[in-house]
Amino acid sequence: MDKIRIDSLSKTYASKVGRVRALENINLTIGHNEFVTLVGPSGCGKSTLLKVIGALIKPSRGRIIFDEAPLLKPTADVGIVFQEPVLLLWRTVLDNVLLPAEILRLDKAKAKKRAMALLKLVGLEGFETRHPDELSGGMQQRVALCRALIHDPSVLLMDEPFAALDPMTREELGFELLRIWDVEKKTVVFVTHSIPEAILLADRVVAMSPRPGAIARILDIDLARPRTLDMQFTDKFKSYSDEIRAVIHRRAGGSAP
Amino acid sequence: MTIELPAGIADDEEVEELTSSPSPARTYLTATLTLMALIGAWEICARWANLPAWLLPSPSAIADAVADWRWELLQHFLVTFSETLLGFGLAIVVSIPLAVAIVYSPILQMTIYPILLALQSMPKVAIAPLFALWIGFGMMPKILVVFLVSFFPIIVATERGLTSVPPPLMELIRSLSASPLQTFIKIRFPTAMPQIFTGFKIAITLSVIGAVIGEFVGAQSGLGYLILLASSQSRTPLAFGALLCLTVMSILLYYAVELIERLVVPWAKKT
Repeated sequence: MDKIRIDSLSKTYASKVGRVRALENINLTIGHNEFVTLVGPSGCGKSTLLKVIGALIKPSRGRIIFDEAPLLKPTADVGIVFQEPVLLLWRTVLDNVLLPAEILRLDKAKAKKRAMALLKLVGLEGFETRHPDELSGGMQQRVALCRALIHDPSVLLMDEPFAALDPMTREELGFELLRIWDVEKKTVVFVTHSIPEAILLADRVVAMSPRPGAIARILDIDLARPRTLDMQFTDKFKSYSDEIRAVIHRRAGGSAP
Repeated sequence: MTIELPAGIADDEEVEELTSSPSPARTYLTATLTLMALIGAWEICARWANLPAWLLPSPSAIADAVADWRWELLQHFLVTFSETLLGFGLAIVVSIPLAVAIVYSPILQMTIYPILLALQSMPKVAIAPLFALWIGFGMMPKILVVFLVSFFPIIVATERGLTSVPPPLMELIRSLSASPLQTFIKIRFPTAMPQIFTGFKIAITLSVIGAVIGEFVGAQSGLGYLILLASSQSRTPLAFGALLCLTVMSILLYYAVELIERLVVPWAKKT
């Protein structure tokens, strides 16, 4: 059974300059607990596609089938992590994690227990009463991840979640995400513009090309789990990355470097 | 935060201090000493040049006037202080709900808000005589002038604050199908708080000016009235004394707002 099915989906924006086609005829099926990364250059519509999957943007044509039913409005079965942690500065780490639980009016005691467990899972045990401005960027993004998971959604949407972090923290958080995904099985849709990151994390990479945003290639990543940094230097990894780079650039009208 | 020496650094090692700004105590001491030196210089100049007291009184003459007139000064201080606080309070009570209404209603945003902003460029001093004409010479016209001058900074700051929620945060809230009330209470209003306080701090300083303007136009009490009266009778030391009281009031009110800000919105960016 599929978790999410994207059916001949298009999105067009109208502006003063004219109409811009952000997404062109997207067809994609995402399985239960699958880790899918959307990769492509800026302007390929990967973030737009993620927001359409979260029902934050309405498609111009086509539809999203979520758990075998058409998705018409946002569902609480989705957790979102953005590039910026956007934590509430006036709340402690724990209360930030609890925000979705409050909005959804979940059982307080249970939510708190889960929040503590999640914070422990991301290595922030003991930081519950701190405020966001006392944390590093990487730690803040970990809190944002816990906030996305607090209401135990079955789908996690991540919009370039590690793009604002330094390269080392970025690698570290990538592996941490995989470790969490192992414990908390979720369907993950992860947007990135980093090809190595896309390959290293994913079961499948969806390579997208710009103007108009379209799927250029879908690759099954046949690398063993748990993933390690060393895998980047294998021939298989290199052939994946070459292939993605080639399709992204060919469709973009440029030449592969 | 405590600073612990990492292992391997000996206690007798010469450690370079990286914080270069002087300590607050030292800053205050320097400022106080400078002020005292200036007052001393003024005293010496005034005595040496033998200026008449009605033209430029010496600091000691001002101090004498303040001591002689302390009860009158206190009484007038309280009048101006009440006018300022009542007008400022009225501005808060009216501005914040109005700003919320403007943010949530596109119609109000298109109709009322541009008019309010246009009104802001109107010199408020010019309206004070009209208030005196309409409602007489009691405390009310002064309160209204204070209200008028402090109303705009608060409404503008609140409007800006309420609309400054980062778009991703709004999307997150929308993905959870939060109600408009939840969004307002949990996200928008707390986000706006630091900017609202910035508005308060601008408004409170203007409020004192507004009260004095109101008193200048026509009053029987208040520090503004006292300054007018004292100058018309060439009692310049008293006028200076009243001016001193106004300055103290302004500073006190500003720091009171700042203190409340620190207690209510400790997350506001320190400036």
